[in-house]
Amino acid sequence: MTFILTEDQQLLRDTAIAFARDELPISRLRDLRDQAANGVDAEARAKLAELGFFGVMIPEAHGGSDFGMVGMGQIMEAQGRTLAATPLLQTALIGASVLGLGGSDAQKDAWLGKIASGETATALALDEGAHHNPDAIATTATEDGEGYLLSGAKRFVPNGQFADLFLVVARANDGLSLFLMPKDASGLSVQSLNTLDAHGAADLTLDNVRIDASAMIGQAGEASTLIDAVLDRARIGLAAEMLGSASMAFEMTLDYLQTRKQFGQLIGSFQGLQHRAAIMFTELELLRSSVGAALSAVDTGRNDVAELASLAKARAADTLHLISNECVQMHGGIGMTDAHEAGFVLKRARVAEALYGGAGFHRDRYARLNGF
Amino acid sequence: MADGAAHDTFRIEARNWLEENCPPSMRTPMSDADVIWGGKGQVFHNPEAKLWLERMGEKGWTAPEWPREYGGGGLSRGEAAVLQQELGRIKARPPLFSFGLWMFGPALLEFGSEEQKKRFLPDIVMGRTRWCQGYSEPGAGSDLADLQTKCEDKGDHYLINGQKVWTSYANHADWIFCLVRTDTSVKHGGISFILFDMKSEGVETRPILLISGSSPFCETFFTDVKVPKDQLVGEVNGGWTIAKRLLQFERQSISASGFGASTAGAGALGPHDIAKAKIGVNSDGALADGDLRGRIAKHLMYNKAFGLTVRRSTETAKAGGDIGPTTSILKYCGAKLNQDKTELVVEALGADGLGWSGDGFDKDELDATRAMLRAKGNSIEGGTSEVNLNVIAKRVLGLREHQ
Repeated sequence: MTFILTEDQQLLRDTAIAFARDELPISRLRDLRDQAANGVDAEARAKLAELGFFGVMIPEAHGGSDFGMVGMGQIMEAQGRTLAATPLLQTALIGASVLGLGGSDAQKDAWLGKIASGETATALALDEGAHHNPDAIATTATEDGEGYLLSGAKRFVPNGQFADLFLVVARANDGLSLFLMPKDASGLSVQSLNTLDAHGAADLTLDNVRIDASAMIGQAGEASTLIDAVLDRARIGLAAEMLGSASMAFEMTLDYLQTRKQFGQLIGSFQGLQHRAAIMFTELELLRSSVGAALSAVDTGRNDVAELASLAKARAADTLHLISNECVQMHGGIGMTDAHEAGFVLKRARVAEALYGGAGFHRDRYARLNGF
Repeated sequence: MADGAAHDTFRIEARNWLEENCPPSMRTPMSDADVIWGGKGQVFHNPEAKLWLERMGEKGWTAPEWPREYGGGGLSRGEAAVLQQELGRIKARPPLFSFGLWMFGPALLEFGSEEQKKRFLPDIVMGRTRWCQGYSEPGAGSDLADLQTKCEDKGDHYLINGQKVWTSYANHADWIFCLVRTDTSVKHGGISFILFDMKSEGVETRPILLISGSSPFCETFFTDVKVPKDQLVGEVNGGWTIAKRLLQFERQSISASGFGASTAGAGALGPHDIAKAKIGVNSDGALADGDLRGRIAKHLMYNKAFGLTVRRSTETAKAGGDIGPTTSILKYCGAKLNQDKTELVVEALGADGLGWSGDGFDKDELDATRAMLRAKGNSIEGGTSEVNLNVIAKRVLGLREHQ
């Protein structure tokens, strides 16, 4: 495990931060919201593809740059700094991981190149209820000749409103299976959702959707291990994004404390606010270490990735929750207005906190992993 | 490691020497009662502890990086790290706990005269002199520089009058390093750093009984104490710089020790182990008290994140990065962690954690209760948590002073 970036990783980080700052500022998310675009931003997607960001976790043989999880984390953190709505988590991280870890040679040949180029956007269709729960999958996959018939419903699928290819989790042979399902599959209906964070999502209904056996990842009923590994990567990537959002919101707040005057004083000179700012800084430092350790653990193949993923996601949820609230409070009245950015942080925070398990889910999991 | 090959020879040397010289009983886990603080009053219940200290002292390995000429080991940082690894490998006990080694010695190496270094450092290395720290006063706690202990120039000697408080183990110490006021017209610029023998006429110590039942600190009184002039370190009125540097060494040693959190009662068991044993588990193996379970998990995760932060800070320092901002949070977090941990242990113990002494309670249980009480001081001693937050806000975040 290491916390120090290589020169290449540092360069990738600098590029990603500059790109997000210049091309995907918070004002772009505001525009998307005002245009009721539901997080669909074709122009941003094209630019990300041009930079090669969709291929950072894909081997060079398939058109990627093979930067691994640490590299992916730098990009996620950068996009978190501007709350950018992009297909990176679902496609560059989750899609590339599902196929990279579980795909057959033929499946890799068919899809990894398209993911790396940005041509195909993927979306993980897993959860079905109001809360993240990978154990509660009711969607069924029934054998039917050379393929399967899938039926069920999926709730709040991020990027589902525009994904080209769904990675659908369904129950088959008393276990979980993963299927590749194109968006135009017959029997699949996609209901676009206008979400709190303006990133958008979709509910899916699967009514006897026929999937060829060649579109199943791995063996029927044996995808649990793969799903766990992919989910842990997704949680870590999301935690990196949340670290970026929390850092940005903290810097914004600190800046305000050093400009706003009341009672003839900078409000940042009041001890009541100074101590709260110092505590936020402390939480951020602990989060940065947790995310760094988790990213690096994936690349070095350590056996405690699950524990570190839950640590990173839970700490990210707690820290971003605190900072997004303090950001509004310390800005006072202006923080309550739609004209200010604080509200956008708060709204994105609540969605990111819940996605793939909130603090409670991951504390429960951490306790279980530690035997209590 | 890049420097691995260069240290191979030293590693073999150190390993062989330790193999021959570290007595068997010095390779077993130690309790508080086994700690050797050195000094003239040290009683060795185990003769091997005496032998171990003498051998390590003569080798200079109680102070591995201090120069040979002052009795130290003269090792490079890399060699000292190798020595630490080899000591860890055989689970050797530290031969000596000492404020001289951790705080005073490093400061004297930077600010002392040649004569003072030759006079005081070798006895620290050998554990022959036990030092105490005369800093806090009844009216100068968090605002340390407001200290009033008077030091007058009487021509051929200094005369000291005043009172110190929270002087750790002053009643066991041979000598004191002490902050005194040599100029009342300025605050920080009127402080000097002086050394004297605790047996000097006019020195009196009174142990303070803490809520935990122990007395690690004293009130210390000075009435017309005469101190030879060659025992003032650095310049007259130049003591504050030395004082601050020494505080850095102190905070480093407190953070590195984690407040002894690893030995804080109830053996090496964590709060979750104790809670499982005392409360029981549901059919799925989860701790039966769901609320306590959540709080223990939160604590363990905070602890893990803290450990990772210490590691990140070490790695960043090795790579030549700035670690000031990161290290500023360690004292604050370390205190909070140890308080949370000891509270959770007592809560998990239930009635078994509510004894004070005597029969009916295990030693581990009694220790855990006392550790919880003692830990309340972690957020007060060596800079309160509030002062630590001030330091982060002002020095790291750049927030201004209130006008």
